[in-house]
Amino acid sequence: MDASSPVLSVESVTLDFGRVRALDEVSLHVRPREILAIIGPNGAGKTSLLNCISNFYKPSSGRILFNGRDLTRVPPHRIASLGIARTFQNIALYTGLSTLDNLMAARHVHMRSGLLECVLYWGFAHREDLHHRRVVEEIIKFLEMEPIRKATVGALPHGLRKRVELGRALALEPRLLLLDEPMTGMNQEEKEAMARYILDIHEQRDVSIVLIEHDMGLVMDIADRVVVLDFGRKIAEGPPDEIKRNPEVIKAYLGQEHA
Amino acid sequence: MAVLRPAGEFDQSYAYDMATIRRRWQWIALGLFLLALYALPLYASPSLVSFVNRAAMTIVAVQGLNILTGYTGQISLGQAAFMTTGGYISALLMIHAGLPFLLALPLAALGAGLVGLIFGLPSLRVKGFYLAMSTLAAQFIIPWFVRNAFPKVLNGTQGLNVPPPEVLGIVFNAPTRYLYLSLSVLVVTTVVAHNVARSRLGRALVAIRDQDLAAELLGINLFKYKLQAFFLAAVYAGLSGSLFAHHLRHLNSETFNLTDSVLLMGMLVVGGLGTSLGPILGTVLVLLILELATVAGPTVATIFPGTAASTVQALRPLFFGVVLMLFLIFEPRGLAHRWKLMKAAWRLRPFSH
Repeated sequence: MDASSPVLSVESVTLDFGRVRALDEVSLHVRPREILAIIGPNGAGKTSLLNCISNFYKPSSGRILFNGRDLTRVPPHRIASLGIARTFQNIALYTGLSTLDNLMAARHVHMRSGLLECVLYWGFAHREDLHHRRVVEEIIKFLEMEPIRKATVGALPHGLRKRVELGRALALEPRLLLLDEPMTGMNQEEKEAMARYILDIHEQRDVSIVLIEHDMGLVMDIADRVVVLDFGRKIAEGPPDEIKRNPEVIKAYLGQEHA
Repeated sequence: MAVLRPAGEFDQSYAYDMATIRRRWQWIALGLFLLALYALPLYASPSLVSFVNRAAMTIVAVQGLNILTGYTGQISLGQAAFMTTGGYISALLMIHAGLPFLLALPLAALGAGLVGLIFGLPSLRVKGFYLAMSTLAAQFIIPWFVRNAFPKVLNGTQGLNVPPPEVLGIVFNAPTRYLYLSLSVLVVTTVVAHNVARSRLGRALVAIRDQDLAAELLGINLFKYKLQAFFLAAVYAGLSGSLFAHHLRHLNSETFNLTDSVLLMGMLVVGGLGTSLGPILGTVLVLLILELATVAGPTVATIFPGTAASTVQALRPLFFGVVLMLFLIFEPRGLAHRWKLMKAAWRLRPFSH
C-alpha cells in the first residue's frame, strides 16, 4: 500500500434511527499519520459516525473500509484487534481497576493466555504479564501517569481519567485512534496538556488520529484536515484555514445572517 | 486508593511488584497458618473441627460465585443448583460406575461446569435483575429434574445414599478426617481463584463488569468471557456440592436449595465482592452468626415460651438478614475492604492519612 492511500474510507454511510436520519451519505477518508478533526454543532452526527466505525452501530447503507477491509462485517470485539482504538465522550474506563490494570486490560488483544494458562498462571501467563507490563509502563511514562499508576480510576479527577482513557487506547497499539471529545470538561491548562499529548502521539507513533472536538481554536491548531458535519451531512472538508472561511460552516455554527 | 508499601521496601522488578506474597516472613506465616488448620483435629474440639470443615466446603462455593458475580458482575441465584449437580454426578459415578473419589470429584466439577454453561447462555442477552431471574430458573429446573427424571437412577424425592470418599485406603467418614479433604480442595481453589483474578482473564471479567460496551470495543469477546465465568462458577459449585454430598452421606433435591443460593450470595456481599479474601472472610462470619443463632436459640426460647421448637429455625434467617442489612448500609464493600483500610492505617501510623 502506498503512503497516500487512505487508512480508513467511509463511503456514503447512511444511518437511520427509525425515521431520524443521523448520518446522510457521509463519505470521508483518513490518510496515514494525519490528524483529521470532525467538527459540527451538537447532534450533527459526529459520535454516531465514530460508533459506526467502531461497529457499535450498523449503517443503514454504505461501507466503511479499514485498510481495504469492510468493517461493517466485523463483529465489534474484533475491531480492536484490527488496530482501531477509541476513547469515549463520557469516559468509559473500568472504574474498579487501577490505571495500570486498565492499560493491561487493553493489552488483551495482544495477549494469548487462555483459561488454562490463567488458572495455572505461573509460567506462560506470568511471563506474558511481565512482558506486557513493560509495554504498558512505557505508555504510563509517556503520558506522565506514574503517580497514579496504582490508583483506582473511579476515584481519579476528570482530567486524569481522560488521560487514562487515552492511555488505554494507546495500549492497544492502534493504527487508527478515534478520540471522542478528549478535552471536554477540562480547563485551559489541561486542554493544552492533552493537545500536547495528542501531538506527541502524532509525531512519535505510526498512527492516524480522528478527533472530535468542540474547542475550535484547538482544532484549528492541531488538525491537518477538518471535516464539518451538520444534521448528518458533510458540509465541508479541507485544511483548517479554508474551513474557517467557508460560508457553509459559518452558517451552520452562527446562523444565516452571519454568512 | 494507592498501594502503600511498608517503609524500606522497594519494588525492584515488575515481578516483585506483581507478587502476592512478597516477603519471606509472609511465606512463613502462611505456612504456619495452614499447618495450624491441618493440625486442628489434634488440638481443637470436635465441634470446631466440624465448623471449619463446613466453612471450607462453603467457601469453595462462594469463591465460584465471586468469580461470576464479584468479578464479572453477573448476578446468579443458581449456585446451589450447580452444587446439587456436582453432588449427584460424583455420587452416581461412585455408586454406579465404581469410580474412585479422586476421579469422581473432578468429573463432578466438570459436569457441573458444563451444566453451568447452559444456564449462562441467557447472559448474552440479559443483564442485572433479568439475569438473576433467568439463573433462578436453574434453581427450579435442576431440582425438578432430579426429582422426576430417571427414577431408577436418581431415586426421585428419596435421593441417594452417598458413599464416603476413600483415598489411598483411608475412608473419610468423620469430620476430623474429612477436614483434610475439604482443606486441600480449598487451598487449590483459593490459588486458582486468585490466579484467575490477577491474569488476563480476570482483567477481562472486571472490564465486562465495569464497562461492557467499552470492553467489547476494546477487543474483549463478551459472550466468551461471560460463559467462562459461568463455567468456573459452576465448577466451583460442583466441587463444593460433591464435597458436601460425600460428607453428609445423603443427597436429595432439597439438600442445596434456593435459601442456600441466597445465603452464598449474602456471604459474598458480607465478605466483599470482587476480592480474593472476601469469600473466606464473609463465609466464616456468616457461618459464625448462624452458629450464634443456634446457641442463642434455647435462651430466646425461655423468653418466648411456646415457640421453643421453632425458635432456632426462626432466628437463623433473622440473624442473617440483620447482618446482611448492616453490611449493605455500613460496609457495602465488605470485610475485605475494611481489612484493606486497616492495613493502610497501620502503615501510615501514627498519621491518620
